[in-house]
Amino acid sequence: MSMLKATSSLVLALAVAAPAALAEPPGLGKPISEAEIKAWDISILPDGTGLPAGSGTAEQGAKIYAEKCVACHGEGGKGGISAAVVGAPPIKSIDTTKTIANFWGYSTTVFDYVRRAMPWMSPRTLTDDEVYALTAFILAQNKIIGDNDVMNAQTLPKVKMPNADNFIIKFPDKI
Amino acid sequence: MTTRKRREAPLLEPVAGNGLLDRRALLGRGIMFAGAVSTGVSTSPTTAAAEPLRDDDWSLETGAITPALQTPSRFEKDVVRILSNPNGEPRTSHARTPHHLLNGTITPNSLHFTINHSGIPDIDPAKHRLVIHGMVKQPLVFTVDSLARYPMVSRMAFVECAGNSAGMFSPQPLQASVQALHGLVSNAEWTGVPLSTLLEETGIDPKAIWIVAEGADSLALSRSVPVKKALDDAMVALYQNGERIMPGNGYPMRLLLPGWEGNMHVKFLRRLKLTDQPGMTYFETRTYSQILPNGKAYRFYFVNEVKSFITHPSFGQALKEPGYYEISGIAYSGNGRIAEVLVSADGGKSWAQAALQEPVQSKAFTRFRVPWRWDGQAAILQSRAWDEAGNVQPLRAQFVAERGEAAKMPNVFGFASQHYNSLTSWAIDNKGEIKHVYA
Repeated sequence: MSMLKATSSLVLALAVAAPAALAEPPGLGKPISEAEIKAWDISILPDGTGLPAGSGTAEQGAKIYAEKCVACHGEGGKGGISAAVVGAPPIKSIDTTKTIANFWGYSTTVFDYVRRAMPWMSPRTLTDDEVYALTAFILAQNKIIGDNDVMNAQTLPKVKMPNADNFIIKFPDKI
Repeated sequence: MTTRKRREAPLLEPVAGNGLLDRRALLGRGIMFAGAVSTGVSTSPTTAAAEPLRDDDWSLETGAITPALQTPSRFEKDVVRILSNPNGEPRTSHARTPHHLLNGTITPNSLHFTINHSGIPDIDPAKHRLVIHGMVKQPLVFTVDSLARYPMVSRMAFVECAGNSAGMFSPQPLQASVQALHGLVSNAEWTGVPLSTLLEETGIDPKAIWIVAEGADSLALSRSVPVKKALDDAMVALYQNGERIMPGNGYPMRLLLPGWEGNMHVKFLRRLKLTDQPGMTYFETRTYSQILPNGKAYRFYFVNEVKSFITHPSFGQALKEPGYYEISGIAYSGNGRIAEVLVSADGGKSWAQAALQEPVQSKAFTRFRVPWRWDGQAAILQSRAWDEAGNVQPLRAQFVAERGEAAKMPNVFGFASQHYNSLTSWAIDNKGEIKHVYA
């Protein structure tokens, strides 16, 4: 076997053995700073990471709800053309309607979803104070927090949801 | 010649009840019905004299202009997806694949299932961006054009909604087609950049366990994916069956997580944030966490487990006359390749091994086939699949004993999202009509 041939089969063998690691990555991603990502970075984690400054109460939230939410979610949050946000039907069968109060595991998810997805026709137009206020209103209407509790980055993650302990991770080995 | 061929062809004795024949017959060049004469069933029941042949009109004139983008024949106008929300009301829209009208393993892009929770965004690829940040060494932003220059991979993969087949939890069998029951799964060749390649460039903080993925749709739909899966076989997909991804399937790019529930394959992908905890987003802690009979719920189910169903014949396709038919269907597993499919024509009393169409690929559709001679009597068709990891489709009685049944008859298009991978049974009566039954 010629030297050249031997070398090329060695190169080939290495390439086959480690296909994932590129010797020379294309490097076509442009560096970006977290400050530049800020407008898109709306993830809220269950320990409160990502919650913005600001605060709100149920009383403030009631006014915003009446203006921006009631058309779809109904009077008192009892449901309309869109899902109820207040109410906790007991979980008696696998097709029980899942609500914030009977099912959701984390209070931070309420803030996260309202901020990223609501109002349906004009998402991400609420101020952070408005989202805190709506979160407080929904949690208070469901008797998960008191009527006068203030929701902010410190208080919200501490709110324990009624169904929090009823989840089983199906495939823990996949995580 | 003929004599020699016949000697080579396997003799088709039934191998299981109600006329299931040996799958090896499909491998040979000819099929001979050994039992045909003795049972008195004709293999060619259409014996009416043929009319003399003549040229039809289309053979006597020049054809249509060749279009730039071709579409199926006008005679195939019924081969369409079923829509759950045709008027775009403010709720989720499902479009289901017509498996009973397709064959093979590839779902054409125009018929690939889609679920859109807030409509389909109209994304300009020149302006779209993908950012990877959070617990990385260097946050990076990519354009569609820059990703298109990366080393790519192609692979077949099914994508299935976690709630596909959830209508099977109904206390009584829904009288609905395979499209209505199982149409929220499709199979395509996906081409794109392995996510591991991009993460190699950003670098990963060793404490990062999760990636919170987000789309550019109005909901900014978000799901948490373990870093472990991202480094295993995840892809940022740009192409679907050779062309750019369809708008409803995530144009201009989507996350592809082979074998895992569809909602996690985040469409219109614009952001991946590495974190030390999951986002516990709306879709993971609510919609796709499934309630169990004891009131607890599964979270992070992720995997679509081994499943199969018969597409031909199936509900809505009456058998017109006794004689030869091919039973065929689809099998797939989120845990690897399909190892074996058995088919029964007598409601599970006896089983025949199905032929598996090559190539049998991991986490992708495998077409199975069994030759069948229907004698005109009642029959119940079922299929049951095994995957290479040793998992088997559970029988329905055992499955619903563990997972429960819905309390009320659901609307076939609106049921609680629940993973279902048990059997599907089609009952054929002596007129050839096909019903959905639990057997």
